[in-house]
Amino acid sequence: MAAVLTRDIVKKFNEVAAVDGISLRVPDGEFMVLLGPSGCGKTTFLRIICGLEQQTSGDLLIGGNIVNEIPPRARGVAMMFQSYGLYPHYTVRNNIAFPLRTQRVPREEIAKKVEWASQLLGIDHLLDRRPRQLSGGERQRVALARALVREPTALLLDEPLSNLDAKLRTSARQEIRNFQQRVGLTTIYVTHDQVEAMGMGDRIAVIDHGRVRQVGTPPEIYENPADLFVATFVGAPPMNIVSRNGGGYLGFRPENFLPRDMIEDGGATEFSFRVDRSEYLGSERIVYGVMEGFDSKQPITAKLPPAHVAEDSIRPGEWHPFAVKNSALRHFDTSGNRTTSH
Amino acid sequence: MPRPAARALRETGFYFGVAFFVILAAFPFYWMVITAFKQNSDLYDVTNIPFWFNEPPTLEHIKYLFEETLFARWLLNSLIIGLCVTAITLVTAVPAGYSLARMTSRKGEALGITIFLTYLVPPTLLFLPLSRIIAELGLQNSMWALVLVYPTFTIPFCSWLLMGFFKALPIEIEEAAIVDGCSLFGAFIKMAIPLSIPAILTVVIFTFTLTLQEFVYALTFVSSSDQKPITLGVTTDLIRGDVFFWGEIMAGALIAAIPVAIAYNLFLDRFIAGITGGAVK
Repeated sequence: MAAVLTRDIVKKFNEVAAVDGISLRVPDGEFMVLLGPSGCGKTTFLRIICGLEQQTSGDLLIGGNIVNEIPPRARGVAMMFQSYGLYPHYTVRNNIAFPLRTQRVPREEIAKKVEWASQLLGIDHLLDRRPRQLSGGERQRVALARALVREPTALLLDEPLSNLDAKLRTSARQEIRNFQQRVGLTTIYVTHDQVEAMGMGDRIAVIDHGRVRQVGTPPEIYENPADLFVATFVGAPPMNIVSRNGGGYLGFRPENFLPRDMIEDGGATEFSFRVDRSEYLGSERIVYGVMEGFDSKQPITAKLPPAHVAEDSIRPGEWHPFAVKNSALRHFDTSGNRTTSH
Repeated sequence: MPRPAARALRETGFYFGVAFFVILAAFPFYWMVITAFKQNSDLYDVTNIPFWFNEPPTLEHIKYLFEETLFARWLLNSLIIGLCVTAITLVTAVPAGYSLARMTSRKGEALGITIFLTYLVPPTLLFLPLSRIIAELGLQNSMWALVLVYPTFTIPFCSWLLMGFFKALPIEIEEAAIVDGCSLFGAFIKMAIPLSIPAILTVVIFTFTLTLQEFVYALTFVSSSDQKPITLGVTTDLIRGDVFFWGEIMAGALIAAIPVAIAYNLFLDRFIAGITGGAVK
């Protein structure tokens, strides 16, 4: 296990920069999530770390050593692919044993380690099957067992849950996280799903157009987004952004945008809000509308707490007094960067 | 029209259609089989019905082939040529197809099409420059000339065929192997090749069949009877002047066709998978 450090990594495909200068430090044992929309360069960045792509410039350090020129097999990292990349002509046992065989580990030791990894992931009853005889969840575990069996310096995961159905995804998320904490493995996890990122990461790096927009713990990313991209990418529904008089933007989360009477006095900013549409989601109600005197590209959303869920006090088509606590307001300058810390 | 009648009509039409094509395909083979076992007096009596035995079948043509001609030698020549050409084709076309398939950008595809185009140049044109090369190498009148020349048409087609198949193989499997400790070559040997066995079998059958049925180059480059492959031997040594040894010709063709027919049938499913493997994603 080792720390992974990148210094100003750039990767260009035909003069187009897919990765545009990423510097990132993943300390030993950390679970780092790379979060970004599809095509933002996060998978390319992961492939550079494991050595399947060569960076155009920049340095990559694993465990303190520069590994720019070192081939993938000597880097000691393990990677789990989106489609798992299991070997279809091998049994599960041989799939898991493969990374050890290429390292010429003695036979008895291979058997021992395969047993260890398969028990850890609860797939020891599947060892003699072939990948095509497994369900999606089982395949994912086999891929994980294969990645772990040789105790890699770092584990790289490329959207490992995207082939699972929604229910399985929730439990698999838990499993991967628990397992990572137990083994204490440095992990870099690529996803476009913010729920996975928020729920699993020790820290999140939000990436867009090949650049890191913000690195921080999930609460930091959510509460204090560094710029408009992070503010609108993280959170569902995303942060409300309105143009501010005198330039710049004002942002606030839908759950902080409440009817005036629900906010205790002191330090709140009032707005007049006209509800256009309202969605009942069981545990909450999301209302969409416009704010008097403010321009916004998207409809303004408010997430109303259970007290307001059942009743129809918020009627569409009417203007209501709403407010946001001043501590929940975020300010951005004209170029989209946050101007104040609170 | 009542529905059952319409259905019966449709089915009859269907089976007639199928029967027509089956007969069309099988008739030459049937003709070959009965001719090979007919007595000469039966064969050359124009008053007999030609579609069945009018006199008892005989093995005299086959006996003649093996005792009075170099037929066994021709069979052996064809086998040696076929095996050598297949080996040469595999050794070159498998890596070629793989590299073309895995070349990023459009270069690979363009190169693949260019290679395929060379397959379309007919042997009737190519034998002229090739005969010069064969002469320079001192391989005139030798079956080794054919071992050298046949790959010129098997390699392009097989490279192209394999390229399509390798393209359909998910690259993640090889990448996983590379991350798991293989070199690029190791991943090719351990992953790409075992997974493309159907395509490789297709190439083997295809190459072997092509070399077995080739005629123009054999006729151009070989003239001694003991160096001839079977196609050439049968047609040149069993047609003397205007005398056709029909029974022997057909017996020779039958014996050469049987192993190929068996091979095709054994691997038919895999063969089709190989042919269409790269076509549909």
